[in-house]
Amino acid sequence: MPRRIVIGIRGVGHRVIDSVWRLGYASRFFLLTMLKSGTSLRRFGLIIREVYFTGVLSLIIILVSGLFVGMVLGLQGYETLQRYGAESAVGTMVALSLLRELGPVVAALLFASRAGSAITAEIGLMKATEQLAAMEMMAVDPIARVVAPRFWAGVISMPLLAALFSAVGVFGGYLVAVVLIGVDEGSFWSQMQDAVDFRYDIVNGVIKTCVFGVAVTAIAVFEGYDASPTAEGVSGATTRTVVTSSLAILGLDFVLTSFMFRGMS
Amino acid sequence: MQRSTMDLWVGIFVIAGIGALLVLAFKVGNLGTYSASDSYTVTGSFENIGGLKVRAPVKSAGVVVGRVTDIQFSTDTFDAQVIMSIDSRYQFPKDTFASILTSGLIGEQYIGLAAGGDEALLKSGDKIMKTNSALVLEEMIGRFLFNKASEGDGKEKADAD
Repeated sequence: MPRRIVIGIRGVGHRVIDSVWRLGYASRFFLLTMLKSGTSLRRFGLIIREVYFTGVLSLIIILVSGLFVGMVLGLQGYETLQRYGAESAVGTMVALSLLRELGPVVAALLFASRAGSAITAEIGLMKATEQLAAMEMMAVDPIARVVAPRFWAGVISMPLLAALFSAVGVFGGYLVAVVLIGVDEGSFWSQMQDAVDFRYDIVNGVIKTCVFGVAVTAIAVFEGYDASPTAEGVSGATTRTVVTSSLAILGLDFVLTSFMFRGMS
Repeated sequence: MQRSTMDLWVGIFVIAGIGALLVLAFKVGNLGTYSASDSYTVTGSFENIGGLKVRAPVKSAGVVVGRVTDIQFSTDTFDAQVIMSIDSRYQFPKDTFASILTSGLIGEQYIGLAAGGDEALLKSGDKIMKTNSALVLEEMIGRFLFNKASEGDGKEKADAD
């Protein structure tokens, strides 16, 4: 019996040390990516190529989800607000919930599962097929050539995608509340404009999306780079990317919200 | 390096994203109605501000003329100092009356300015002399019950006579 306990404790210790090790490695990797971004920023064509793969190809899912999230918000908001005779405030509710929370968070979650997993799989497969090693043999730094452009492309795409998500969501709310249900159009927009503050709501939302963009792509490129060079390793890394970045998004969102929207309304 | 269709798509994507931000700023947010014009600040001291919050609107005749920028508690006079910034397009007489009002039954609270008849105008840093505190629902109910009770007393006495 005691032997089993010892093995159990040893297992826990091994996992803790291993995760601390990985965290340190990830930090060093992130720093190295930052240091070597200079070369990839000078070759901007590489970043544009990656913006196409991470941003443009994510557009469909972002736009469709934004539309439906906005429509559902409009429907549910109307359902609740009309009990208090405040159905014209549905615009305010849709816009504020999208700009402050749902836009950045849902767009980042979709981005993590659509683009983050693709980045991880791509880099992981490059590693498994020894393309990264081949690059190093040819004196091409894989971090500057492969990792940094993908990282910056994600950081550029994320705020734009989230802005599109929120805008389409507000349009979806407008469709349901004004066109379908028949809330007064004037009060829908004017109450929304009255309640949404540019600096307080919109700029804070954009700051959130920038932070999420950095977090998601940093996790994605690291997991790809760190994947075991086997088919199993790449699939495990892809799963870890989605899980870790989703958790990171939700945790960071709580932290950022508590800094940004504290005690004021 | 050659131009490719990929560049076009990325360009469209970036323009659409920035366009969405602008739509959010002007159509959804208040940047379109927000005037960056000059403003002046005046202070008003209220006995009770109720649920007034920073950034609440300052209205005159229902038109938004400014915003509450700060609320402090003064330990000298034991009342609330409300600092509001008012658009300089709108000038008010010195004897303007400021009261805390509520929009609707459960709406947000705002400051209503009613212009007086003085020739001199409020200047930046001035203090509004005549203020009216917020109506606190509990106090109103308390007063109402008190009145009812004393009315009832009067009636009983009348019955006894």
